[in-house]
Amino acid sequence: MGFLTTVDHKIIARRYIITSFVFLALGGVLALLMRLQLAQPEARVLSPDRYNQIFTMHGANMMFLFAVPVMEAMGVYLVPLMVGTRNIAFPRLNAFSYWIFLAGGALLWIAFALDMAPDVGWFAYVPLSGPQYGAGKRADIWAQMITFTEIAALAVAVEIVVTVLKQRAPGMSLDRIPLFVWSMLVTSFVVIMAMPAIVFLSTSLILDRLVGTHFFNPAEGGDVLLWQHLFWFFGHPEVYIIFLPAVGMVSSIVETFARRPVFGYLAMVMALIATGMLAFGLWVHHMFATGLPRLSESFFTASSMAIAIPAGIQVFCWLATLWDGAPLFRTPLLFVIGFIVTFVIGGLTGVMAASVPFDTQVHDTYFVVAHFHYVLIGGAVFPLLGGIYYWFPKITGRMMSETLGKWAFWLIFVGFNLTFFPMHILGLAGMPRRIYTYQPDMPWYGLNMFVSISSLVLVAGFFVFFVDAIRSVRAGVSAAENPWDAPTLEWATASPPPSYNFAQIPVVNGLNPLWDQPACLMVASGLRTDRRELIVSTVAAANPQVPGGLTGKFDLAILGCSRDHRDADRVDLHAVGGRLGIRSSCSRIDRLVLAQGNARG
Amino acid sequence: MKTRVVADFSGLPIHGFGSASVTWWGTLAFMLIEATGFALVIAVYLYLMNLAAVWPINAAKPNLLPGTLVTLILLFSVVPNYLISRWAEREELRKVRIGMVLMSVLGTVPLGVRAFEFPALNVNWDSNAYGSILWALLGLHTAHLITDLVDTLVLTALMFTRKGDNSRRFGDVQDNAMYWNFVVVTWLPIYGCIYWIPRL
Repeated sequence: MGFLTTVDHKIIARRYIITSFVFLALGGVLALLMRLQLAQPEARVLSPDRYNQIFTMHGANMMFLFAVPVMEAMGVYLVPLMVGTRNIAFPRLNAFSYWIFLAGGALLWIAFALDMAPDVGWFAYVPLSGPQYGAGKRADIWAQMITFTEIAALAVAVEIVVTVLKQRAPGMSLDRIPLFVWSMLVTSFVVIMAMPAIVFLSTSLILDRLVGTHFFNPAEGGDVLLWQHLFWFFGHPEVYIIFLPAVGMVSSIVETFARRPVFGYLAMVMALIATGMLAFGLWVHHMFATGLPRLSESFFTASSMAIAIPAGIQVFCWLATLWDGAPLFRTPLLFVIGFIVTFVIGGLTGVMAASVPFDTQVHDTYFVVAHFHYVLIGGAVFPLLGGIYYWFPKITGRMMSETLGKWAFWLIFVGFNLTFFPMHILGLAGMPRRIYTYQPDMPWYGLNMFVSISSLVLVAGFFVFFVDAIRSVRAGVSAAENPWDAPTLEWATASPPPSYNFAQIPVVNGLNPLWDQPACLMVASGLRTDRRELIVSTVAAANPQVPGGLTGKFDLAILGCSRDHRDADRVDLHAVGGRLGIRSSCSRIDRLVLAQGNARG
Repeated sequence: MKTRVVADFSGLPIHGFGSASVTWWGTLAFMLIEATGFALVIAVYLYLMNLAAVWPINAAKPNLLPGTLVTLILLFSVVPNYLISRWAEREELRKVRIGMVLMSVLGTVPLGVRAFEFPALNVNWDSNAYGSILWALLGLHTAHLITDLVDTLVLTALMFTRKGDNSRRFGDVQDNAMYWNFVVVTWLPIYGCIYWIPRL
């Protein structure tokens, strides 16, 4: 039962990460099937119906079951450690969110196994997904999966917001929050503001389909474009929900491997916040082909181009950090450099597609497919893989292989560019997305074959990555507390961290605590060891306010006083004097735990 | 890693109310989610209205009586709700118990009247898009009424057990009161949309 009922943020995050990577691998298999089908004209590998299900599954799976959950999971694992607390806020809600996410994923994949998977594209436009054209259960499965996974995402967002605002280590004022934590905070607010749109959307679609409402039925006063507005009001911020955590990871990695604090901390934070806000002003650029008024098209062109500014600021800050630092080109940094190159290309095609006439030309072609794979794989998956290499020793206590890591990086980087760059050309040559085959007289044949063969290189890279990860969990070199000599608090505790994260709550007086005071971690005493306590601190200055209670089990609590002692104490909660008495009787154990922590480190 | 103790927190107060409580912030975050949801549904209402040639579409205007009655009860309930929050802060158990019983009643009564509100809309959810969005608005708010009522009932029961006399429970009472204010405040624009916009 302990396995099912755990509320330790690290165990739940680990589960989330592993599950998401399983979905990534499954989604990759779908992509390979599509490449097999498209390699030659008039291929008969997949039926048109199966192909529709597969591209829908691929998109829905990668967005809702891989990209968003894995980014949130990295936050769930790292944010509490980085801010120096003992668990995420609302640990039970956290456990709930994992199980409901898993239910959503299982629903989609079981439906696929039963030939009942959605076949309406990952954004399920009406009227295709509506009651008139979307017969059967397929679109319902899509909508229900959305509801499950978005509720999971909202729950995690609330936990992260509260953890960052209220559970930071004493002294970690707003200007001392690590950039990854800032990025997760902004992401969580974007989730909170964006996801209600899709929750309403999936619900209203199900209502239209099952109980006969008319939200999207033009014959009865509904509107089909309403779907697109609401979907992209969520769907565009969704891109930044995936991208912002990734840039947070990039900042962490660049800082550690450039061996100097990140250049332009304030500008970076401002850029994160600006991106989060601008994310809500872009959605109409997905709808340029729908014939909206000119004025709104111009407005959304301008805002779509404006978001390149905060992205550019961040890129220049990373380059400046690397320029001025003494970069060590280990695997995590390689992935970051791969990210910068790929993301800049994706960003440039994004600025191109922000222009209405150009967009009208390439809308729904492989140019768009190429663009969003450059920003999503280049912008999010590269940093994520770098992040896995970087934090793997913290999570598992073992290092991944540097040799295999370099192989994985080069195979993925080269394979990715060979696979997706030609898609720009295919798109300009007029190849529409989502077609299951094409005729031999179309000029797309050679390039499609090239793309399909290149995708094998990409897959080989991911294969090496998975082999390395699985092998390293068992046989990797043991990792020290801080194997990269990194500056942030997650490296101040054992690898992997104990259930209570820190034997004593750290106290912070700078942006890079482990570099500012390399030999010694400043901590606070006075929290009880017989009850599960952490520090609740003020929002701006992180001054300690009260000791917060926690759910779940700690080794610390078990090591502490006897059970009777705790029960007796619980009844007498108000007797502060009693508290102090018990505390002093526990201080011996406190020291014992500390000694053990030191021995482990 | 070696550690050096630089601060001692044994003097911190045992429990913090309001913004010193993690639950308070969690409630606030959920309110932000739900407020966004309400705002979106209202936006959809206005969007559909903007498209329609006549509004309401093929239906009589909603009857005012049940909805207005709910509004008045909800507005009245804010007074004891404010008081209970103050009593909880002062940890006055007896008053809090009375207040919780009162708030349970004030949560149940509008829900009873709400049952008459749905037929008073004079349109079904499957008649047309106007009916759909009206039922969505009212249904969404009713879900909030039910949520807070369940929360209130559980908390009321808890306050009558020996677990009631505890700073954390008093904090819960405060958070529950804050959430009720949210349920009342969000009703006002919805009330305006459903009953008064068609009359403009």
